Amino acid sequence: MTEVTMNVNGRKVTRSVRGNELLVEFLREQLRLTGTHVGCDTSQCGACCVHVNGELVKACTMFAAEADGAEVATIEGQANADGSLNVIQQAFQDYHGLQCGFCTPGMVMSAASLLKDNPKPTEEEIRHHLQGNICRCTGYHNIVRAIMAASGQETPAVAAE
Amino acid sequence: MYAFEIERPTSVADAVSALSADEAQPLGGGQTLIPTLKQRLAMPSKLVSLAGIEEMKYVRRDGDVLVIGGGTTHGRIAREAAEHFPGLAALAGKIGDPAVRNRGTIGGSIANNDPSACYPSAAMACGATIVTNSREIAADDYFQGMFTTALEEGEIVTEVRFPIPEKSAYMKFEQIASRFPLVGVFVAKFSDRVGVGVTGASNDGVFRWTEAEEALAGNFSADALSGVTAPPASDMIADLHGTAEYRAHLIPVMTRRGVAAAA
Ligand SMILES: Cc1cc2nc3c(=O)[nH]c(=O)nc-3n(C[C@H](O)[C@H](O)[C@H](O)COP(=O)(O)OP(=O)(O)OC[C@H]3O[C@@H](n4cnc5c(N)ncnc54)[C@H](O)[C@@H]3O)c2cc1C
Ligand code: FES
Ligand code: FES
Repeated sequence: MTEVTMNVNGRKVTRSVRGNELLVEFLREQLRLTGTHVGCDTSQCGACCVHVNGELVKACTMFAAEADGAEVATIEGQANADGSLNVIQQAFQDYHGLQCGFCTPGMVMSAASLLKDNPKPTEEEIRHHLQGNICRCTGYHNIVRAIMAASGQETPAVAAE
Repeated sequence: MYAFEIERPTSVADAVSALSADEAQPLGGGQTLIPTLKQRLAMPSKLVSLAGIEEMKYVRRDGDVLVIGGGTTHGRIAREAAEHFPGLAALAGKIGDPAVRNRGTIGGSIANNDPSACYPSAAMACGATIVTNSREIAADDYFQGMFTTALEEGEIVTEVRFPIPEKSAYMKFEQIASRFPLVGVFVAKFSDRVGVGVTGASNDGVFRWTEAEEALAGNFSADALSGVTAPPASDMIADLHGTAEYRAHLIPVMTRRGVAAAA
């Protein structure tokens, strides 16, 4: 076991971790932050996406020990300070960007990382960015529309491709 | 996963000494190794994480050579190589997805030598040099077949040096489920030669298609390839994603597209 300290959603936490403990196991089982989902556990689906030092990563494919000293952001830290949904989350609700909701935490974290670097992405850029996030319900159109709306752009009526 | 410890050195020297322990293995971005560990296909006693070694993370130009630290992520290469070597930057920007590119490293990819990995095709086409903690190895000598390289136990890929071509392009025919190339071809035109590196296709891993290189050296146009026969299907990988004949057919197709697109 090694001791790790990280800042998770603005809160400093120190815990012991096993060498083979994944970041997603640490978040879900030690911190009980179960909003970060495990869909595939093989770095295909993106349900486990979080930010480590501001970068999008799949928490099922990184060890907790490697996040020692890092800033980690998960879906639980995304809402506004007053508890209301942030602009991306609200847009997912407004544009029906979710159905079962299983992929949604990863989609929101992925969208947030895109908009940080590219505040007005094109529809094509959004689709390219979401390549590592799989949704079995929505067919993606409404997710793309939600992200267009969250970035303050016109939303395509029926998305291309 | 079996149990193991993780060590996080901050210099190449410390990593090399940590790797001298029995059954110790380097951990790059983990994008290949972690899935392998989950399947219990590897049983290291200790993983030596290279991610904390700042001296292995850089993209810099040294005259006509682009020098990339072995710990540099695909995402950073996509951004920082763009100005100097757009063909390589585009290759890096098409690996996996954004989250994979934020962790996976060029050193890990080159060390793993997956028969469908992208960088080895560029390394072969350009005549890159693979630099380790102890020596320099020419790409032609380094890649030795599927998942096989010249690396010794405990040796770390610290740098890859790519001679910068006048024009280049990477053509990736994506296997749509994994997003690895079914066949990928890197075409590099230098003032005095042309390199064509092929990945994803052969049972022997990455290779140079020398007949095409010769034809293109005299006439760098897609037409120059019309008389050149495709590499034989008997050497190609066959799986549920494509037959050996299909892969063999894709090689000249992707090479022509690469020549046409080279910038
Ligand atoms: C969904 C997905 C899609 C992908 N698509 C592509 C693709 O299209 N094209 C492509 O090329 N790759 C693809 N990859 C693989 C990705 O590029 C990996 O990042 C890469 O193959 C391995 O790099 P890594 O840094 O993650 O290495 P790791 O997984 O950490 O290590 C791989 C191997 O190399 C060793 N190693 C790591 N670093 C070094 C070093 N510096 N020196 C010596 N040995 C080292 C390790 O011990 C291990 O044996 C994909 C991966 C995923 C998960
Ligand atoms: S659970 Fe991590 S990518 Fe699917
Ligand atoms: S809403 Fe169900 S998987 Fe995306």
